[in-house]
Amino acid sequence: MITIGLLHSTIRGDEKLILEAAKKRNVTVKLIDIRRSIYCEENPLNHIDVALERSVSTVKGMYAAYYYESKNIPVVNSTAVAAICEDKFLTSLALMKARVPTIPFGMAFSVVELESLIASIGGYPVVIKPPEGSWGRLLAKINDKDALEAVIEHKDVLGTPSHKAFYVQKYIQKKQGRDIRAFVIDGHTICAIYRHSPHWITNTARGGVASNCTVDSELATICKNASIAVDGGILAMDVVETKDGYIINEINHTMEFKNSEMPTKTSISGYIVDYCLQIAQTQ
Amino acid sequence: MNTKCPVCDGEVTVEPGTIESEIIQCPDCSARLVVEKIEGSHVSVSEAPKVEEDWGE
Ligand SMILES: Nc1ncnc2c1ncn2[C@@H]1O[C@H](COP(=O)(O)OP(=O)(O)OP(=O)(O)O)[C@@H](O)[C@H]1O
Ligand SMILES: [Zn+2]
Repeated sequence: MITIGLLHSTIRGDEKLILEAAKKRNVTVKLIDIRRSIYCEENPLNHIDVALERSVSTVKGMYAAYYYESKNIPVVNSTAVAAICEDKFLTSLALMKARVPTIPFGMAFSVVELESLIASIGGYPVVIKPPEGSWGRLLAKINDKDALEAVIEHKDVLGTPSHKAFYVQKYIQKKQGRDIRAFVIDGHTICAIYRHSPHWITNTARGGVASNCTVDSELATICKNASIAVDGGILAMDVVETKDGYIINEINHTMEFKNSEMPTKTSISGYIVDYCLQIAQTQ
Repeated sequence: MNTKCPVCDGEVTVEPGTIESEIIQCPDCSARLVVEKIEGSHVSVSEAPKVEEDWGE
């Protein structure tokens, strides 16, 4: 009998779907509130065969995951995958190394270097992102040098240290105002949605609308290669369509999916539970 | 199970099957609430934490 430990903080609709999917499969899930746990040698360990990391906070989730891995309990996603995917620059580097098509990008630490960087990736407009941000927060589309100087000065004065490492991408004009989010488990793209929005930031968390996207072989292939590049697991990939084909924007490792099960008619939560069982069994 | 919204004092119904740490929404003021404790038919909720810097997918 396999027990999945669900490492959580607040329980969102996504976690509820995972609990339901486990119940349907008669799989025991132990809820482990990472805020109510201590992590030290003598901690009487929960008897679990695999840990599924679903904390809202990336920092706390990451520490909890390191802890369980140190006790030889496999964690989904592994800290190796999480360490790459929680940082957009590291993700871009991994994709570049594996020759997976991605948005032209770079990093620099001051305005002068940013200007050369922007020239080398094709000029304005560009998008500046905090390397560890999420939900479309604090993304800035920069159309010219004036805007660049203003944004960088604000970040220098008001930002935390991680906001002073400037991750830059070329701005990509979206086909039909939409981009794709593909749900990829163990390299296999189980389903995908289009995210439509009048705003250039299409996150559903920001009011974008989701509809089903049929997975063609080209999409399946790029997602498989991207998954291999960051070491697998359960991933949500943001993909953009260009005239030269698909390119990867970024990869999320603790994805939200509750708004995607309906349009895709796919039990993403079911796939997640099945994957955890598979990891526990191969351990 | 019923309780009061800590933000607007409105009546909040907590559906059966709800579990501790779950996020629910106040029907009156739309505040996001966390279910703190469920003991028998007694339930307590608090206002959900604001978005933190490292929260994400
Ligand atoms: N280089 C770009 N060119 C055009 N649009 C972009 C670019 N980068 C991001 N966007 C838009 O902004 C949205 C959010 O960007 P991104 O996914 O990088 O940020 P995030 O904060 O990590 O959000 P999430 O993790 O929730 O997807 C994307 O879905 C896309 O619509
Ligand atoms: Zn209220």
